[in-house]
Amino acid sequence: MNIFQKSMLTVGAAFATTAPAIAQEAASMDERVNAAFAKATGPFVNFIFAPIPGTSFPWIVMWLVIAATIFTLYFAFVQLKYFGHAISLVKGDYSDPNDAGEVSHFQALATALSGTVGLGNIAGVAVAVGIGGPGATFWMILAGLLGMASKFTECTLGVKYRNEYEDGTVSGGPMYYISKGFKERNLPGGGFLAALFSVFCILGALGGGNMFQANQAHAQISGIVGDYPGWITGIIFAIVVFMVIVGGVKSIARVTEKVVPFMGVLYVAAALIIILMNFDKIGWAFGQIFAGAFTGLGVAGGMVGALIQGFKRAAFSNEAGVGSAAIAHSAVRTKEPITEGFVSLLEPFIDTVVICTMTALVITISGQLMIDPATGNYILDGGSIATVGGTSGVALTSAAFASAFSWFPYILAIAVILFAFSTMISWSYYGLKAWTYLFGEGQTSELIFKVIFCIFIVIGAAASLGPVIDFSDAAIFAMAVVNITGLYFLMSIVKQELISYRTRLQSGEIKKFHN
Amino acid sequence: MSAKLVIGLDGQGSGDRALAYAKRLAKLIGTCDLIIVYVIEWSPYSFQTAEENAQRHKRRDEEIATANDRIMEPALASLKADGFNARGIVRHGDVADTLNAICVEERAEQLVVSRSSEGGFAKRIFGSSTANLVMSASVPVTVVG
Repeated sequence: MNIFQKSMLTVGAAFATTAPAIAQEAASMDERVNAAFAKATGPFVNFIFAPIPGTSFPWIVMWLVIAATIFTLYFAFVQLKYFGHAISLVKGDYSDPNDAGEVSHFQALATALSGTVGLGNIAGVAVAVGIGGPGATFWMILAGLLGMASKFTECTLGVKYRNEYEDGTVSGGPMYYISKGFKERNLPGGGFLAALFSVFCILGALGGGNMFQANQAHAQISGIVGDYPGWITGIIFAIVVFMVIVGGVKSIARVTEKVVPFMGVLYVAAALIIILMNFDKIGWAFGQIFAGAFTGLGVAGGMVGALIQGFKRAAFSNEAGVGSAAIAHSAVRTKEPITEGFVSLLEPFIDTVVICTMTALVITISGQLMIDPATGNYILDGGSIATVGGTSGVALTSAAFASAFSWFPYILAIAVILFAFSTMISWSYYGLKAWTYLFGEGQTSELIFKVIFCIFIVIGAAASLGPVIDFSDAAIFAMAVVNITGLYFLMSIVKQELISYRTRLQSGEIKKFHN
Repeated sequence: MSAKLVIGLDGQGSGDRALAYAKRLAKLIGTCDLIIVYVIEWSPYSFQTAEENAQRHKRRDEEIATANDRIMEPALASLKADGFNARGIVRHGDVADTLNAICVEERAEQLVVSRSSEGGFAKRIFGSSTANLVMSASVPVTVVG
């Protein structure tokens, strides 16, 4: 038994033996936090997810899909045409050796990925498949492929309009390209949109980048050590995050940043092994995905239900069109902003098309989703598909992996904790950039945001999944409303960059430094 | 045209031994340019936080300034005082690859390095920069013990 298991069991045992009165009080504290939180965020959530009149289709999902489709067509399928070039850029083929020591394309991509690859791929996909059925996977993949064009657009602008300060540090993101880009094109309202984006970015950082992570990390830990109040996990996480972002204990962040990619590789490898072990079911699983995508196979809302879940969870996982990646990618060192756009389009591909699909396939193949043998349709339990152990979210993914490897939940627990932690660190930075854009830079201003961020970790861990995931989605999608509005007005600038770059690449003016 | 010798410094005593040997060699050759190189170990494939990325350009400038102040300038001053034609290069990258690339760029006759000061676990796993250099260099290499 490793140190982690021992300490977790100790924590679990300590709370299991606590007096019932204290346990009851602790549980009611979770309930109180949950009720207050659900009430406070209800109107915002309802507005963001309001259906298009006369349909059950949320307007926000349509907003994201239409934007990704428009960018795909406007840039003539840039995600397909420049996929190979993006890989060459990440390999450093076009990197000037004199820029050695600066942030490379690989590093900018890896940093952005560590903010996106995480619970969205593990818990989010389980939510999508659990509600929308395997068919949701088809729409998720489609959304991932289309989202590559959205990511390309926002990250090109992120680098082009970033602020480079005299001391050599940089700040970038939608708030900068919207305000500067609108000014350059003599368009009104840039300042207002940039400020509005910053407000939503702060909410997104506190929601999807924080509360959802804390909530699902707690679900995973309590699934192993036994149920205990969520605020305890929240306080432990808050202390560690506080040590990193306020105390400047960089060693913790550094270790996490190094371990997380290995956990990602381990996760994909385990998923691949499970899929290969069940190679006879791969055809059936894809059959379920395609059939479910167009019929729903009995899920709530049918085909539309599968589509909504697929698109929602893809957007939440890869954040294409949300604008967060533009903040992360803007630190790269390049003379050509568009090269970072090419590199960034790999992000939704890795995150959604590869990793999310792996999770969905494992859940489908594992047989955790209950099927009525008479009809071949999924059995519903409330709004979601009935599962073997009544699980949902990260617990469903855990159960699916455990069906092949009984020890995998332990690995997954560590992966979830590390993913959650690394996503929190990334989003604390995105939120901070939005905060300082609004309130100015300065130690006191930054400290206030960081303390608020840590408090929300405790709230997120204590609240139940429903209200947390609703608020997290709503906040992240609200960012996309403003960001995509800005992208529509600025996409012609990206087009000019693309034409200029393509001409110079074809003429040989832009050359490879390495082969 | 004078011969060019590239000398790899490591900021430690072993680098000074390489420099001392290169001086002797340069005197024997006669007309000779000395290019002293200090490589700051760096990989474009390492993982960093968003905050580290945002500050990277600043940190890089600081690293180069520190290397120039502490290693390059004292070494150049000593060479010039002894009447040698010398210049310095500070660059980020893999030590072996970068030293070799500079030798090729400069069309150097020879590369002088000291025996590696690395040891222990890292050396066993990754090998030393000197050993890697000897195996992959495009120019003759002298390793000073």
